[in-house]
Amino acid sequence: MSGGVDSSVAAALLVEQGYEVIGLMLRLWSGDGTSGANRCCSPEDVAGAKHVASILDFPIYILDAQAEFKSHVVDFFIDGYAQGTTPNPCLECNRHIRWGHLYRHAIAVGAESLATGHYARVSETGGAFQLLRAVDRAKDQSYVLSVLGQENLSHAIFPVGEYTKPEVRAHAARLSLPTADRPESQDLCFLGDLDYREFLRRQNPGSFKPGPILDPSGTQIGVHDGLANYTIGQRKGLGLPSAIPLYVLEKRPEIDSLVVGPRDGLGRRKFEAGRVNWVSGRAPGSRVRVWVRVRYKAREVPAQVTIHPDGHVAVEMEEALPDVTPGQAAVFYDGEVCLGSGVILL
Amino acid sequence: MAERRIYLDHAATTPLDDRVFAAMAPYFREKFGNPSSIHVWGQEGEAAIEGARRTVAEILGSYSQEILFTSGGSESDNLALRGAALAERHARGATRILTTPVEHPAVLKTAQDLAARHGFHLDLLPVDGYGRVDPGDLVARITPETAIVSVIYANNEIGTLNPIRELGAICRERGVPFHTDAVQAASQLPIVVDSLNVDLMSLGAHKFYGPKGVGALYVRNGTGLASTQTGGSQERGFRAGTHNVPLIIGLAEALRITHEERASQAARFRILRERIIAGVLERVPESRLTGHPRDRLPNHASFVFHGVEANSLLAALDIAGYGCSSGSACKTGAPEPSDILAALGLGDDWSLGSLRVTVGRSNTRDEIEAFLDALPPIVRRVRSAFPVRT
Repeated sequence: MSGGVDSSVAAALLVEQGYEVIGLMLRLWSGDGTSGANRCCSPEDVAGAKHVASILDFPIYILDAQAEFKSHVVDFFIDGYAQGTTPNPCLECNRHIRWGHLYRHAIAVGAESLATGHYARVSETGGAFQLLRAVDRAKDQSYVLSVLGQENLSHAIFPVGEYTKPEVRAHAARLSLPTADRPESQDLCFLGDLDYREFLRRQNPGSFKPGPILDPSGTQIGVHDGLANYTIGQRKGLGLPSAIPLYVLEKRPEIDSLVVGPRDGLGRRKFEAGRVNWVSGRAPGSRVRVWVRVRYKAREVPAQVTIHPDGHVAVEMEEALPDVTPGQAAVFYDGEVCLGSGVILL
Repeated sequence: MAERRIYLDHAATTPLDDRVFAAMAPYFREKFGNPSSIHVWGQEGEAAIEGARRTVAEILGSYSQEILFTSGGSESDNLALRGAALAERHARGATRILTTPVEHPAVLKTAQDLAARHGFHLDLLPVDGYGRVDPGDLVARITPETAIVSVIYANNEIGTLNPIRELGAICRERGVPFHTDAVQAASQLPIVVDSLNVDLMSLGAHKFYGPKGVGALYVRNGTGLASTQTGGSQERGFRAGTHNVPLIIGLAEALRITHEERASQAARFRILRERIIAGVLERVPESRLTGHPRDRLPNHASFVFHGVEANSLLAALDIAGYGCSSGSACKTGAPEPSDILAALGLGDDWSLGSLRVTVGRSNTRDEIEAFLDALPPIVRRVRSAFPVRT
């Protein structure tokens, strides 16, 4: 539970469905210099979650995961930027914290299943579990859950995945849950009030090493103040005089270089991905046709995925996309089914 | 949830005794007078709290005027340390505070605050592997500059008893005021102030089946005490604020009942405690008793389990129907090794897995057996979920 509307309504739905509910809340890391508490678990959030638990009349426990969160999520984020990628810490949080540490804790304290407020669904056929998109496509979170496997899914419940966000808000209002009108935030929970650049500057000043800005032919046309300041497709903040708008086309961390160019240079059709997870537990043959999503909110496009013997994959999309970004996850779908994902490689 | 819920956390708090509740009830409504008022309503309240004071004094073997009512054990500790330290500095220039690393935070943090913000020096007495102070160390460390010595009577986390009588005698010989936090001890052990050789002693009612929010501080006649709370002149000027009459009545009645039943209850608690200690050490692999095996609170068993995260263990036990603690009732959720277990020299791989089981009047042998059956598989489960973090 987070004290937010989704996990609170998830809990309420489970209570209505007759489950014996145990509330768990994570205490996550937040850095010095940020405003204090991690946004996922500020004292107000803890009070909110406890209030919900008392209204719904089930016990709630706080699980400390600060050390795990720091090493698996925050350090991953910091290291990823230092290596010239744009990491997605939310997937790592689901992989290691929510569906790792929290999941093990839930089973250890005697739970049979772990439910979260994620927008996604699970289906089972003959003992095989599939991760499905949420009913509310706009809120679908199967992207960040694409790191789950059979063990997790066999014990996973996503109560709000069957509802639209307006329906979830209506549930909260109907049940007079105190979270019904809380604003949502999209920022990373551990940044506090800082933007990610300021956060990185404080946590790892070394990730801001200046280097050359190159044009697509390799000619230096300027100096950048650290690759971590930029992301693929970025146009603002380059500080280069140019008659035509310039975009970040590529990062080359091995030579500390940023490649920029006109918009038509943006876009990739092929990429490779590592740390691949197949939700089913094994790769679907050596080649598979999928729909791929290269960022949480990216448009899906058809693609062919070739699975190499060492597990990493080559993805060839039917059309080039402007925002294929190393460090982000490429998530593979077959209709409603989320097949799995990999991390886009440099 | 479990069908049967068994409370084994009487060191955190105890349920209010029905007889105590009955004694308090009239003072919430019909007998509402302010004891400081002149009229008959006020006189009724004043008579009630003075009666309560006599009851407490009788049990402690003290004079009535040596008893101050406070809001609880923590306030009593604060007033004792701050009040005595400031008075002793004023009277004889003493600026050192001598206490132990195994005090309740109400004492330790108060001592630290006096050191950090009020110019005192803090000295800590060493403790042995059971968390116990050796009188020889007090002799070695007490000086003419010592303003106050404070040693806990029975430790809340590990149950160990300190040799209060000997420690008190050493202080008495040297003219240094001696305070003990008897908040845990009062429910089960003798608290006669002259045989303990104490000058100041803290009590909290909710540890002995009284209400929460009320305590007492014994202050021996002649012990210097500076007032630390300003306002009205209640409690001889040491505790400004309108008396909470029903709670004070409750404290006295609870202490009276506890005193009457002490011997028989303590004997019963000891049998349950011994069964818990033997059962846990026998059935849970890689388990150790913390605190002294014999010189400990009669109702108190405490352990550490290797490679177990205490918060997970407590949650799992709670879900199975057993209310226990890791040592103190604070549930911040952050697994930090307790200062007390660290002071005993236990590493994190042991000290993060602490469990305190404290029995009370309602617990039965049958409940203890159920607990002993439930615990081993729960420890196994928690261990398997979280490989040891060191």
